[in-house]
Amino acid sequence: MKRTISILVANPLSLLGVVLVATVVLSALFADFIAPFPEHRGAVVDFANFNKAPEWPYLMGTDLVGRDIFSRILYAYRISLILGVVVLAIAVPVGVTVGLVAGYFGGWTEYVLMRITDIFLSIPPLVLAMSIMGVLEPTLANGMLAVTVMWWPWYTRLVYNITRSEREEGYVLAAEVIGASPLHVIFREILPNCVPAVVTKMTLDLGFVILIASSLSFLGLGVQPPTPDLGSMVADGAKYLPDSWWLTVFPGLAILVAVFGFNLIGDALRDILGADQ
Amino acid sequence: MSRPLLDIRDLTLGFKGWTGLTEVLHGISLNIQPGERVALVGESGSGKSVTARIVLGMLQSLRSARIGGTVEFDGRNLAQMSRAERQQLRGTRISMIFQDPTSSLNPVYRIGTQFHEVLKREVPGFSYQEAMNRAAEILREVSIVDAERVLNSYPFQLSGGMNQRVMIAMALANEPDLLLADEPGTALDVTVQAQTLDLMRRLVEQHNTAVLFISHNLGVVREFADRVYVIYKGRIVEHGPTTALFDDPRHPYTRALMTAVPRLTGGGVPDIDDDASAFSAPLVDHLAGEGRP
Amino acid sequence: MNDALISIRKVSKTFDAGGHAVKALDNVSLDVERGSCLAIVGESGSGKSTLANIVLGIYPPSSGEVMFDGEPLPARRTKLNRRQIQLVQQNPLSSLNPKRSIGASLRLALDVHGIGERAERKDMVRALLEEVDLPPEFASRAPAALSGGQRQRVAIARALACQSELVVLDEPTSALDVLVQARVLKLLSELRPKRKLTYIFITHDLAVVRNIADRVAVFEKGRIVETGPTRRLFEKPEHPYTRGLIGAVPVITREELALRASLSTEENT
Repeated sequence: MKRTISILVANPLSLLGVVLVATVVLSALFADFIAPFPEHRGAVVDFANFNKAPEWPYLMGTDLVGRDIFSRILYAYRISLILGVVVLAIAVPVGVTVGLVAGYFGGWTEYVLMRITDIFLSIPPLVLAMSIMGVLEPTLANGMLAVTVMWWPWYTRLVYNITRSEREEGYVLAAEVIGASPLHVIFREILPNCVPAVVTKMTLDLGFVILIASSLSFLGLGVQPPTPDLGSMVADGAKYLPDSWWLTVFPGLAILVAVFGFNLIGDALRDILGADQ
Repeated sequence: MSRPLLDIRDLTLGFKGWTGLTEVLHGISLNIQPGERVALVGESGSGKSVTARIVLGMLQSLRSARIGGTVEFDGRNLAQMSRAERQQLRGTRISMIFQDPTSSLNPVYRIGTQFHEVLKREVPGFSYQEAMNRAAEILREVSIVDAERVLNSYPFQLSGGMNQRVMIAMALANEPDLLLADEPGTALDVTVQAQTLDLMRRLVEQHNTAVLFISHNLGVVREFADRVYVIYKGRIVEHGPTTALFDDPRHPYTRALMTAVPRLTGGGVPDIDDDASAFSAPLVDHLAGEGRP
Repeated sequence: MNDALISIRKVSKTFDAGGHAVKALDNVSLDVERGSCLAIVGESGSGKSTLANIVLGIYPPSSGEVMFDGEPLPARRTKLNRRQIQLVQQNPLSSLNPKRSIGASLRLALDVHGIGERAERKDMVRALLEEVDLPPEFASRAPAALSGGQRQRVAIARALACQSELVVLDEPTSALDVLVQARVLKLLSELRPKRKLTYIFITHDLAVVRNIADRVAVFEKGRIVETGPTRRLFEKPEHPYTRGLIGAVPVITREELALRASLSTEENT
């Protein structure tokens, strides 16, 4: 762990990733203290200052009802991160378990589980999420549900492939010959060998989950107003381009920073943890 | 005495890594006369394989490698050649046989096509048909009768022993002066391995090819080589003609190795002393003072 | 032979290889006397690994049966069966889980079979390491920190942990350097009487067999072509295939050369 961190910081690109992600996480955590207008996260109307270009005290300008865009971005990060963490907290255990079981047992178990996974994988993610959101109420909770449903199969695929090859390793045979239960072999022997790949993918995915959630709200199917969300901010502002550019550019940059940061760290982790094996 | 074909003098090698310089070779001197079969024998990690790679010119361009001493091939210093010149030597005047024949042949090309590539290294204009005729001729030398079928096959369609023969034929196709053999046949069954070695010995004798034979197997070395160098942790510890060295091993490390080899005549599992301090004793050269290097 | 710990009775095994059946073992019968070491030698494809897998219960035989201590072994092995028959694999790199400590790998056997009290098991692991001449501190190390020979010792300790009676040794020293091989073989030959173990030693290395086995069974293409006490088999091999195998072994001493020469002259007569 110590070694991982020191290598992360030593490489300029991964260091940039660490800085970007730290910025996003810290702004989300301390939004209440950093935001110049914490009340602007909600339904506030200030027609005296609406649609203003960046100028003090509005660092990134104001939106069409006069709310500070900078403050709203900080709160939007908070929601994006919660969404990302919750989605992964559900999708990863489900996906990993299905992948382990299918890969270890093989035969009919594998056939059934992997075909189900393939069905989910064959539907374009955004289409699947859109249809779920179309049927259900477009709330934050349902948004998480929609993204989770489309996310777990990727972990199944990843872990399934690793399990298939680890299954042939001598240590698995050794545990079986000793008489260890399948539960032990799967979770205590094989799972630890999947961890590096899964952690790497999770880091990369945090960025993508934020992106997908933003896409959904861009389409009006995600987080609903007045809750700040990067995707809907870009969507709302897009109608007023290029004159009121700050309405879209700053939330867009905010998405870019988060996704890019998580990707840089994910790439670095892939190299570091991969080399560990 | 004529000029040696390969003359390695005081060769050192280190790799620069995260934790500083790791030294692998601490000054190795070794020579091979034209047509001579010389074995370099040692355990894994002793530095025997990297020595072969240096002779092949494959480590010189590696950024982390620090190479000292000289390696002369036919009177020319490898270090003073350009990368292209070193590459030109490979596959023409110096060729190599690897441990696992199946993985050193390219699985997606037919044997014939791979032969053509090898022959083109020496004569760039070699036509495919000419190459096939020449290849068939060489394959007959390695006792492959149905050369046509073999040339039309992919490596996975042939047995391990057959692939090994194809490898030997390819390695000798351009009549090299020096053949580097890195644990040839180790991946094969004993009977196939024995046939492979017989075949190799016969061919190099016919073609007067010098061989640097790298192995961990003392028995194989005894049956193949004229002269033996024993390497331990990057140093040559004993050197001499094969019979002299096997009949009268003098260095503590060589003695330990010979004791450790299980005997076909029985005698039980030997006791091996855990103390390796004696292994750093100075070089024993059976030829010292006999007017040879 | 009445005191057979394991008897293999007319065992055959057929694999389905893309539609056509391949016979890996063809009507093989063998007895392994309690406390002895039987070597199974043969080249690749001889069926020696198939036999090991059947003894270990990795897959059942197509026909025939395996008796352990007079009782037929069930196709689905019980925990007790598992404990009685252990394995040491060829490749010490892959036989230990890279993500688990040496101690955890050893402890698994104790936990699975409930050997010793929970509190004692840590000390038992240390004792096992000492029994294979490794320092007890190795318990907390990762396999990557150990050399090939040390890892193989851990694998042997794991087989001992089960307090098994039969150990299948599948080419246990062929991935090791010759000095390390000698030490590991020494350890194995000392443990056998001390722990009252029975060995099935699978290998292609005849010189090793000569020095460690009591009896030898020579396999060729799924059949036993010759079996007998080690010394007799090496000095007076009857089957031409056995003679060929012994004659192909590279040797280093004049006595061995003489032995090989005597075999080939016999062949000519």
